[in-house]
Amino acid sequence: MNGATRTLRRILAKPWIWAYVAAVGAWLATVVFTSGQAASGLATAAFIFASFSTMVAIGQMFVITLGPGNIDLSIPTTMVLSGTVAIKTMDGDPAMIPIGLALAIIVGLAVGVFNFSLIRLLNIPPIIATLSSQFIILSAAIVWNRGLRIKPPEILGDFPSALVLGFPLLAILVIALAAAMHVVLNRTIYGRGVTAIGQSERAARLSGVHVQRVRFTAYVVSAVLAALAGFLLASFSGGAALNMGSPYLLTSIAVVVIGGTSVAGGDGNVPGLWGAALFLFLLSAMLNTFSDTIAALGLGSEGVKQILTGAIVILVIVLASFRRAPD
Amino acid sequence: MSESSVSMGRINGVDYRRLLRSVMPLVSLVVILGAIFLIQPRTMSAFGLDLLLRLAVPLSLATLAQMFIMTVNDLDLSIGAYVGVTAGIGATILVEQPLLGMLALVGCVAAYGALGALIHLRNLPSIVVTLGMSFVWLGIAIILLPTPGGEAPGWLRSFMRFDLWLREDAGFESPIPAPIILLIVIALVAHLGLMWSPYGAILRGVGGNARAVERAGWSLLRAKITMYSLAGFCGALAGLALLGLSGATEARIGERYTLLSIAAVILGGGEFVGGRVSPIGAVVGATTIWLAANSLLSLLKLPPEWQIGAIGVILIAVLALRWLVERVGRTP
Repeated sequence: MNGATRTLRRILAKPWIWAYVAAVGAWLATVVFTSGQAASGLATAAFIFASFSTMVAIGQMFVITLGPGNIDLSIPTTMVLSGTVAIKTMDGDPAMIPIGLALAIIVGLAVGVFNFSLIRLLNIPPIIATLSSQFIILSAAIVWNRGLRIKPPEILGDFPSALVLGFPLLAILVIALAAAMHVVLNRTIYGRGVTAIGQSERAARLSGVHVQRVRFTAYVVSAVLAALAGFLLASFSGGAALNMGSPYLLTSIAVVVIGGTSVAGGDGNVPGLWGAALFLFLLSAMLNTFSDTIAALGLGSEGVKQILTGAIVILVIVLASFRRAPD
Repeated sequence: MSESSVSMGRINGVDYRRLLRSVMPLVSLVVILGAIFLIQPRTMSAFGLDLLLRLAVPLSLATLAQMFIMTVNDLDLSIGAYVGVTAGIGATILVEQPLLGMLALVGCVAAYGALGALIHLRNLPSIVVTLGMSFVWLGIAIILLPTPGGEAPGWLRSFMRFDLWLREDAGFESPIPAPIILLIVIALVAHLGLMWSPYGAILRGVGGNARAVERAGWSLLRAKITMYSLAGFCGALAGLALLGLSGATEARIGERYTLLSIAAVILGGGEFVGGRVSPIGAVVGATTIWLAANSLLSLLKLPPEWQIGAIGVILIAVLALRWLVERVGRTP
């Protein structure tokens, strides 16, 4: 009994648990409101869409954990560029899938290297470096795309929504990725290096962490994951659209922070990413099902939906702050 | 700070670096303005400058708002959406019921102050709270203005164009275009308040070393509320200025301001942590980025698809140039 209470208390003290609680709450509210019609369909959709957000959020988490000022604003446009380049090259031919995938990864590597060289060689603060590079990346995507919308190879388009034993295959892969990244963050020299730099760059350097190498890898990982997510999202949504990535800037940051990672750096958290990604999707789904009721109030559902989204995000952060161990 | 026996060289060295640092934003502005003059010499007139700099005024105000938040080591991702709300209030409620409109604007500023208190008391990440607020503000703006439109109050329009008004009603020709006067006044007032007033030094100290400020008996809560309220106030002015200049508005009119204002603070020599900011620098940075992102690009006659990329290239070029000059300045 006492042991059970202690275990429960230990779980409740985890910074990521509240993201899952909120996700389940949003799911339940929607299911109850629709009298249980779409319970499993909603869960499946949530896992597929949350896979995309979690992928980009893992990269953003490593970058943010590097410490104050570190953030990757180029994620959305990297997704667009990699999706555009890959889809156009594959031109609907399934045999070209490996080449498309390789190109997506190359785009990610190139963006990551470019971002870090701005930060390191020209000494530009990361937020401004990635803000500037995203303009250039977007231009490249526009030039490459030229308004064309080419269909992805059919088999690739079906892949993200494929089910294994009723569970989305993509979600299984991204859960495995998250598990691997959890180990990388907490159990490897590299991950400890990221955390150490976030806590004190000076202390990390003095204790022998290869600060610049670790930072370089974090920015490259973030860009490559964004490129892969863009590749999959473009395939999933039937072609690369120029505005495809725009929701993912705010989503990537919100998922990282709601998931329990410290914005001040030095304290990353992987399990929370999945919970927060699920929560954000389910929150939007919940507000969509409520929108008819809201419209009946005569305020126009779009505005009220935005206000509720923001208010609930803030509420979750405030509630989570009461559960935080006092420091 | 003593003027006695410390070696002159060192004092000069320190001053030189600080001077260089504070002059760099101005150098960037001159370079961009010079490029514009070179490409299109006709802009080198009172009328040309007026056109070029008009919309730098609201961006400068939004940048000051961002700068106040950055002074206490926070970041505001909602300023763009907030500018949309205050412009929306100005174009709707303020026209129909001026008193209620004013109250609504005061309420917006109070909401900013309350957010500052919430962020401080619960020790919340400002990035996420303001991210959430950006949805709330956008929602309010959409409810105020479901479709683009509204109308700027007449007094607001004539205030933003007070030089035209002077010319028509008083026969007085202002030698300097109104936007430049406004930019200078805004920069000086903010600089006076934050850099030269005693409480301004305390406020910057919160960004530098909050514990020391608290130990010295100052309330951190009061400081945060002050800074957030100032940001709300400047953001409201930005919305009204934008409305006065454009005549009408739409819910997402300020969207670009969020990222542009952060970039402008940095271009102006500000930093993300440590309370190291400069109001004059912020206004200069905002003007630079506005000129670069709009006038220079349209004058360069780039193909439209490369115009967005050119903003990035210009930003990188300005910052790289600044870093080079600072590095050269550092080596004796």
